[in-house]
Amino acid sequence: MNSLSEIIAFLLISSLTLGAAIAAVGLRNIVHCGLSLAVFFVGVAGLYLLLGAEFIGFIQLLVYVGAVAVLIMFVILLTRPEDEAAKLPGLRWRQLPGVLIAAGVFLVIYLAIMRSPSLLRDVPEPAALSIQAVGEALVSGHLLALMAIGVLLTAALIGAALFAMEGEDGK
Amino acid sequence: MKNPLTLPGLGILKGMAVTARNLVGSYYGTKRLHTISYPEERLALPENSRNFPFLVYDGEDADGGLRCTACRICEKECPPQVITIVPERDENGKLTKHPTVFDIDLNACMSCQICVEVCPFESIKMDSAFEYSSFEHVESLVLHKSDLAKPNSYYHDIKPTEATAVDANLEAERQRKAEAAAKKEAALQAKKAAAAAKSAAADAEKTPPTPDTDASD
Amino acid sequence: MLPTETQPQTQRIRPALNFAARRPWCTLALLIAAALVVGTGVLFLLNLKAPGLLTAALMDALSDPGQAPVLLKQGLLNYLENGWSFAPWMLELTSIFMVIGTLLAVFGVIFALTSLVERKVLARIQNRFGPNRVGPWGLFQPLADAVKMLIKEDIVPTGADKVLHLLAPIIMLVPALLVLAILPYGPGMAPIELGVGILFFFALGATTEVGVFMAGWGSNNKYSLIGAMRSIAQMISYEIPLFLAALSVVMLSGSLSPDAIVSAQSGYAFSFVPHWFVFTPWGFAGFVLFFTAALAESNRSPFDLPEGESELVAGHMTEYSGFKYAVFFMAEYIGLLGICGFAVALFLGGWHAPLPWLEWIPGYLWFFIKLYSLVLLAIWVRGTVPRMRGDHLMGFAWKFMIPMGFAIILAAAVWHYAGGGVLGWVASAVIVLMPYLALGRVVSIQYPASRRVYRFSES
Repeated sequence: MNSLSEIIAFLLISSLTLGAAIAAVGLRNIVHCGLSLAVFFVGVAGLYLLLGAEFIGFIQLLVYVGAVAVLIMFVILLTRPEDEAAKLPGLRWRQLPGVLIAAGVFLVIYLAIMRSPSLLRDVPEPAALSIQAVGEALVSGHLLALMAIGVLLTAALIGAALFAMEGEDGK
Repeated sequence: MKNPLTLPGLGILKGMAVTARNLVGSYYGTKRLHTISYPEERLALPENSRNFPFLVYDGEDADGGLRCTACRICEKECPPQVITIVPERDENGKLTKHPTVFDIDLNACMSCQICVEVCPFESIKMDSAFEYSSFEHVESLVLHKSDLAKPNSYYHDIKPTEATAVDANLEAERQRKAEAAAKKEAALQAKKAAAAAKSAAADAEKTPPTPDTDASD
Repeated sequence: MLPTETQPQTQRIRPALNFAARRPWCTLALLIAAALVVGTGVLFLLNLKAPGLLTAALMDALSDPGQAPVLLKQGLLNYLENGWSFAPWMLELTSIFMVIGTLLAVFGVIFALTSLVERKVLARIQNRFGPNRVGPWGLFQPLADAVKMLIKEDIVPTGADKVLHLLAPIIMLVPALLVLAILPYGPGMAPIELGVGILFFFALGATTEVGVFMAGWGSNNKYSLIGAMRSIAQMISYEIPLFLAALSVVMLSGSLSPDAIVSAQSGYAFSFVPHWFVFTPWGFAGFVLFFTAALAESNRSPFDLPEGESELVAGHMTEYSGFKYAVFFMAEYIGLLGICGFAVALFLGGWHAPLPWLEWIPGYLWFFIKLYSLVLLAIWVRGTVPRMRGDHLMGFAWKFMIPMGFAIILAAAVWHYAGGGVLGWVASAVIVLMPYLALGRVVSIQYPASRRVYRFSES
């Protein structure tokens, strides 16, 4: 059973994550939304760390907060509307039925999961995945996926460079 | 033809060697660190530097030895009118050639040196002292006679060539005056002697001749 | 009140201030004596609670200087357990706070000292004294700086985003401080022994960029925004060579933990050359790459385009005054200290001594000696080179450093698989040297150091 400190940590991190997610869709200023998204990513990284997946947790920080969030900020900056006063509509009362339906769906799924028999079985905790194991799996079992990702990233890089060059020459 | 062997970073290393030499050399000698730590050390001012005027006095008496005769020419010629002079009068109301009050307001003095140029008695000269900073305008930056009076030896200290020239001038002036006085004296004496001789001659003429004496008897 | 009339508060302490100003050495001696007296009194009173345990802690620490901080902490915890009957959770909490307090105190002092040392070394390089008025040799200058920053008015521009403007310095400072927690200061003396320490460090570096963006955007100032964009672009570009250089080290030591990496550099070859990675051809190149990228990550000269005063006032820090600026300043310096600490752990053998007969000096002292040498190197470089131009900066990162990084990884692999023979060393050196010369030629052709040609002027 989880210890008290683990429960407190989980409650704190999950409330932070949920709050950031709600803020990311609910805030008016779009830059604030983008930054709450970054906080959300940090919260998810915290959850990964709570589960003991250190590698994934820090990679989440590195990739999502360090790259994706910054990318989103750049995008928001470059595609800003001309007048700064354009703000997103905040939470409105007319969104209440939607919230109720979402809550209903959540309730149904929750009950379905909690009452399923597979949860009642005692599943042993999975072994902590060491970096060694991840690395070995990547280059032996999942080599094809690794190569494919490399090709994809190279293509993206070339595309970005092409875009930048086109802008200069006016082609 | 471009040098095929470019070593990136070599230039930076050479630069770092130069900087290191500067760093180490700044601890030895003044070639690489010639800052003068004012106020512990001071740079010697050149002779012709001038800041504000001061009054010269000869001898030991700071008041009586003042060369100034309160002629008030500098007061009239000063463009910002910062000099204030009140001459001294004796008990009969006659002007003695001495100032009671001699004030210079440093707040407005513009160091133009006109007062020095017009003074006929070589009594006001330019000082090079500059450390007059204070918190008040009037109490500290209006200099009175006692603040302004400085001995001739000080003048020699700060401006030796000028001071010697001034001394030579004054000496020559004194010599000339002495000679003129002596000549006048001699002329006076000669005149007196001539007058005496003349009266003696006149007396000699007035006396009667010795053979003709009166026969009344 | 006129400036010449003094406030009533200062009237009361004016005599003491006058004394301190006229007789600084005397005041210092008096303060030290007072501190000693009060300290001894407090220690004596504390000792009464559990007699002998405090002295036992001290003796333990002195008996093994290499582990002195750890033994001291354990001794103090022992005293607290017996003398004040702390519960286990209280002991844990106290232990954590002791470590945090020590780290903050040590690095606070180093930060203050570094800000002064930088100014004085830069000044000596530039043929002038540095600050030397405030204390003997200007030692109290950081104190004066701190007071100045604290009493300045905190100006927030009217159109600025208040939340962003406030949070940005905090978000920049926290990752810098977190990096200090995983550095291996001595054998078994890393405050947190993370198995993925390197990853943690890079993740924190990435998080700093968000803080920079918040600072630039939240200031409602186009120069701040441009400075923030430049800073982020620079940081992202130079993170890749940082990764690649660290990757070669991680490859060869087989672990992401700084502790393991430091342990992999123990021992001596020929009984006097240490096994540090910097003494291998790929390690030397990797160290130079890492150090250059570290300078770029901390926005230091010659990569200080984002905060070049002649260009953008202070870049993303333009609209910050007072304490927030002090926090930015601190974040920059402590970030530099952290990344130099990492360079020490990865390439310079961490807490290992350079020569066998110098091993009596404790490991943590060696760590700080090496750390400070790197900081002095950074200051030296700052005083030597001018600022890099924006396009030169990015070109250098992408066209020179990243290919060099790949070459270094290849060289490291060749060195490892050759098994330590001379051929391995030579091959590794060649694999590093060839791209260095080739890329050098490419970069010097593309960015020639030639006389500037003005398109529209005659001469």
